[in-house]
Amino acid sequence: MLQFLNNQQNRKQRPNENFAREVMELFTMGRGNYTEQDVKEAARAFTGWTSDESYQFVFREKQHDAGPKTFLGRTGNFGGEDILNIILAQLQTAEFITTKLYRFFVNDTPNSAHIRPLAQAFYKSQYDISALLEELFSADWFYDAVNVGNRIKSPIELLAGIKRTLGVQMEDPKPLIGYEKALGQTLFEPPNVAGWPGGRNWIDSSSLLLRLQLPQVLFKNAQFNVALKEDENDILPSVTKADRTFRQQIKTHVELQPIADFLAKIPEEQQAAKLGEFLLQAPIRPENLALVQQTAAKVPPEIRLKTMVTSLLSLPEYQLM
Amino acid sequence: MTNRRDFLKTSVLASSLLFVPKFLHALDRQGVARLGNSNGRRLVVIQLGGGNDGLNTIVPYRNDLYYKARPTLALREQSGLLTLNDDLALNPAMTRLKALYDDGRMGVLNSVGYPNPDRSHFRSMDIWQSGSSSDQIVTTGWLGRYLDSNCAECQVPYNGLEVDDTLSLAMKGQQRKGLALKNPEKFHQITQNRFIAQVSGEKAAGVASELDYLYKTLAETASSADYLYQTAKVYKSTVTYPNTEFGKNLKTTAELINSGIETRVFYVSLAGFDTHVRQQEQQGKLLGDLADGLGAFAEDLQKSGQFDSTLVMTFSEFGRRVQQNASNGTDHGTANNIMLLGGALRKPGILNAAPDLANLDQGDLRYQLDFRSVYATVLRDWLGADDKAILGSEFARLDGLV
Repeated sequence: MLQFLNNQQNRKQRPNENFAREVMELFTMGRGNYTEQDVKEAARAFTGWTSDESYQFVFREKQHDAGPKTFLGRTGNFGGEDILNIILAQLQTAEFITTKLYRFFVNDTPNSAHIRPLAQAFYKSQYDISALLEELFSADWFYDAVNVGNRIKSPIELLAGIKRTLGVQMEDPKPLIGYEKALGQTLFEPPNVAGWPGGRNWIDSSSLLLRLQLPQVLFKNAQFNVALKEDENDILPSVTKADRTFRQQIKTHVELQPIADFLAKIPEEQQAAKLGEFLLQAPIRPENLALVQQTAAKVPPEIRLKTMVTSLLSLPEYQLM
Repeated sequence: MTNRRDFLKTSVLASSLLFVPKFLHALDRQGVARLGNSNGRRLVVIQLGGGNDGLNTIVPYRNDLYYKARPTLALREQSGLLTLNDDLALNPAMTRLKALYDDGRMGVLNSVGYPNPDRSHFRSMDIWQSGSSSDQIVTTGWLGRYLDSNCAECQVPYNGLEVDDTLSLAMKGQQRKGLALKNPEKFHQITQNRFIAQVSGEKAAGVASELDYLYKTLAETASSADYLYQTAKVYKSTVTYPNTEFGKNLKTTAELINSGIETRVFYVSLAGFDTHVRQQEQQGKLLGDLADGLGAFAEDLQKSGQFDSTLVMTFSEFGRRVQQNASNGTDHGTANNIMLLGGALRKPGILNAAPDLANLDQGDLRYQLDFRSVYATVLRDWLGADDKAILGSEFARLDGLV
């Protein structure tokens, strides 16, 4: 993080504010809870924080500004750790982090009636994250319908979900990276220091169509023909168009036996609905259930189950978790 | 029911909710939203990916400092430079743009950039695409926010079209996003997949849930695909374009425009400008593709009387170091030029001073014009949009440019 946010350039004579700013804006308090002057003073306190060639933390005393600073109303000869401690002493920091977790695990729209008490307990526990998560996961509202199946999966969640649920084996797993990129998320390559914005930001016309086609690509060897942009954040501009174009058909093996076993005792006309309950977080619409049933009825019995699964996974409902 | 706007107004947590800087919430407020009416004008943005070397594109051919900094890479008059004025000349590969320039259909803005420039391709491209400053992280694009602000009632993604397989950040707004397609036929074909076609016929339940959003997006996509496919049939271009990816994409763009598509913003990219090594040949080829493509595009639009209502703007994420490197190439730099093309440019020609090579910042050009001033000008004066709401603050516009 020091590297990513230019703190190696943050020196006594020429402070670089990047690290100090983002620590507060993105990771602890959020905008509007500190002043530009606080950013400047915190940057001075972080001078000399850097790393060696093997990315181990190093404090370079000669580059450190040891003079007095005033930060969030307190004055002292603060170093970086003092600044972090002052930040943690703000209740706002507990609220900000709780809100982030709430938006990720519960609902993209924060509910302050839920968040407030959690944040206060989190603060009192001196930021015990596991205690916070336990409280969050065991709250009654966590299981309310409004908080289930209402979150748009990230590309990784979508791909990993398909792969794990159906025990998908790929002869060559490399194309997965291409799918990730085409859908806008390459692991370990976030677009910037704030990370992926997530939620509805994953979805536009093109990405939604790609997402809905993905099961057919994986299970029916349909074509997936997408040229990745040269400005994807890890594709260097020198990579040729041909090398960026991603069109191989992939061979997959799907482990359907557990699903077949699961459905064995269920009458055939109820199987699609049952499978829908199993695969989808949101209740399936009657017209979609009919569509899945019709699609399955049209194919020979030996591929019926696979077709049914592919259809269910191609529904917008499967984009949610 | 509380919607997001009310929530933001009332919640004490509001300021910590989103990574989007506060100013962008201006677009959420009613009142700002309805300003737009581009009077049938459209904008075509051409992205030159990789960091185009502006100094060898629009060449300061009378400047000794240029020749001193680039002993083997500098372009000389005898190699066929295309003179624009006493200071500047076009790269020899750009004959078709020279013709447009002579015809008063091209403008050049020099030394465009931003304070504290970032030399990373990815970060600087994000800055240009989002229209942010270099110490700001904005997760929407400037054209996406134009779509947000301009036309709340025209709920169609094809208001902004990117001719590519995936959509750039530039075209993603908070509420509305543009649409990416390589060609209308292929795109239409995907939505005609029996299963997808059925599902996209379904209505959103109208409860503003995430599922609803997916159904709404899908329905809009399918109807856009239909509209684009049907409309694009109207006009088939007879103009000869370069037989390149870029040429084809411009042809698709021209066919859509000449067919009467109601798209306000088009986005087309040409990549490969990261010329650290043996720059001359590679850049020449790309600039030839650019100039030939845009020349054909202008011809196509002129034929159908659409060039006057079209503004083309090129940009790259940064220019390159003034000094050449040891591999006959150039490394990442800062400020760069922007080219404008259009049938109705109010001020064609060289629009500001040539790059100042005597006053560099650690070997790089100092920017003289903030790129957001150019955006503001285009948004307000060309598209009739609220530049201040879209860009988050007021940038001095360039008077009487477009």
